[in-house]
Amino acid sequence: MSSGSLRRITKELTELNENPPSGVTACPISDSDLYKWNVTLTAPKGSLYYGGVFHLNLTLPSEYPFKPPTLNFTTKIYHPNVSNDDKGSMCLGILRAENWKPSCKILAVLEMARGLLLEPNVDDAVETNIADQYKNDRAGFEKTVKQWIKNHAKEK
Amino acid sequence: MSDDDFMSDEDFNDESLEETDSEFEDETYDDDRYLKYDKPQRKSYEVEFRVYSDSQIQKAQAEQIEEVSNILGLPSEQCAVLMRHFKWQKERLIEQYLNSQEEVLGAAGLDTNAARTLKIEKVKGFMCDICCNDENGLETFALRCDHRYCVECYTVYLEQKIKEEGESGRIQCPCEGCSTLVDSKAIKLLAPKSVSDRYQVLLNRTYVDDKDNLRWCPAPNCEYAVDCAIGPKQLTTIVPTVVCSCGHHFCFGCGLNDHQPCPCALVKKWIKKCEDDSETANWISANTKECPKCLATIEKNGGCNHMTCRKCKHEFCWVCMGPWSEHGTSWYNCNRFEEKAGVDARDHQAKSRASLERYLHYYNRYANHEQSAKLDKDLYLKTEKKMTLLQSQSGMSWIEVQYLDSASKVLQQCRQTLKWTYAFAFYLERNNLTHIFEDNQKDLEMAVETLSELFERPVEQLASLKVEMMDKTAYVNNRRIILLDDTAKGLLEDKWNFTVDLN
Repeated sequence: MSSGSLRRITKELTELNENPPSGVTACPISDSDLYKWNVTLTAPKGSLYYGGVFHLNLTLPSEYPFKPPTLNFTTKIYHPNVSNDDKGSMCLGILRAENWKPSCKILAVLEMARGLLLEPNVDDAVETNIADQYKNDRAGFEKTVKQWIKNHAKEK
Repeated sequence: MSDDDFMSDEDFNDESLEETDSEFEDETYDDDRYLKYDKPQRKSYEVEFRVYSDSQIQKAQAEQIEEVSNILGLPSEQCAVLMRHFKWQKERLIEQYLNSQEEVLGAAGLDTNAARTLKIEKVKGFMCDICCNDENGLETFALRCDHRYCVECYTVYLEQKIKEEGESGRIQCPCEGCSTLVDSKAIKLLAPKSVSDRYQVLLNRTYVDDKDNLRWCPAPNCEYAVDCAIGPKQLTTIVPTVVCSCGHHFCFGCGLNDHQPCPCALVKKWIKKCEDDSETANWISANTKECPKCLATIEKNGGCNHMTCRKCKHEFCWVCMGPWSEHGTSWYNCNRFEEKAGVDARDHQAKSRASLERYLHYYNRYANHEQSAKLDKDLYLKTEKKMTLLQSQSGMSWIEVQYLDSASKVLQQCRQTLKWTYAFAFYLERNNLTHIFEDNQKDLEMAVETLSELFERPVEQLASLKVEMMDKTAYVNNRRIILLDDTAKGLLEDKWNFTVDLN
């Protein structure tokens, strides 16, 4: 990793601390490694996921910002754009290498993730079954979402 | 060469010029014409094609870009972006550009603010948005969109796009949401030589991929591209086999190995048929029935027609498929129930069996020649050995034993052709023409087997068989030409009736 990469991350971190986005907390796990971040998302009002608190890992590649960060849900979530496995990975939009631009910021990634809680992107779904259910059986979808929030995403 | 011959060549050339952009012809037209005087006339199964090397492809691009650059009065690197955007359709580009300049530039990812020339600059009070460096005297660069970054970041960005992601013609400005394209001039300015070389290679690839009349030779590690004017619509009437400078024979239409006389559409269907389980299904339908109650598949293993399903214990009659209980003791009368349905069912079964046998007939012959084709390599190695042996045993010179080499090559080629005649025949509807085809096929096959036999003789005899082998080789080759000529003419004149649709 280059000095430019670290400098850039430090600057972004400062900006995030000065101007924190609503419903999101994000900071590196430790001061010694700025490439691994803990992220907490709370769903906005009006979202199906409202009431849930979701923990994620944000990993910056050593080539950052020339390559996109990776985002993984550690809290289980029933969502068309989050892989339903132990990785909970999200891979769409700017998180894809071909869409990522070096000028994109961590803030944009976080805002996209929170935006997806408000409205899933069914056209670019990783879990096509869940996307189909979202389109064709909204009630069933909502029921499972609520159930999963109750089981996995309630802060104690 | 008579006047008539010359005329027909002319005609062909005009046709091919209509189909393709004439970029390659311009330069080579004259010696092309010259070559044709010496070349024997093209056979009906042969197509006109040219093989181009990497540097020739690059040159062809540069020439076209230069031409457009002169017409539109734009710098050549911008014309390159435009040409790529328009998939090298020069006329369309010029027409649309003259109509609405701004729109065309914008759509192609070029900024309309073309006045400024791109260069590396130092800007006071600048901070790079990528690495957040704000040192004084930092070298910076921006495309026409004016999104400025430091040279170091730009270079890393380009290197990653080109070397890791294999991008070339579609690299955008590093700014989010900006679709301005990085042109070749910027690459030259910013990227090290290894990266800009790679960029050029990748661009060449997209050029060949973008153009319908160009195709890469599919042979491993081959870097030639073939130019041929046969378009996808013509593939029902022509099987465009081309020969790359590396020696590989392949079909320009689909990229597979030479499959004359079989048109691409039939080849695709045939390969799928052979790969599919559909033939297993055919066997099942020819040899089994389903239990009328639980639908389990049953193969009759004895003579008795009183069947009891192993799975659901249902008892039924194999002949009429009705329940056995209704048969009582007089099963001979079972035909009186649903007579028509019974006949239909038996008909269906017989048809399915016949179709399976028909398929297997062609498939066995196809597979046999394919197997022989796979042994080509062995045959060739054996030939080489035989040639060396022959030289030492009979005192023949290297040039005198070349007849074995050419015999082996002709054999391989004929087996390849024979293989595909069986796929061709499988889809052929029977009529008078089929007989001619089958006669040609038979003649070729017999000739191939005779030559093949001669080949297997002990080395001591080979020297004395030289004249016979040379004669047979010429004969076999001739039979192949006759067969290909006949089938190709039939395709061109739409004389063959196939059992499936070619489109």
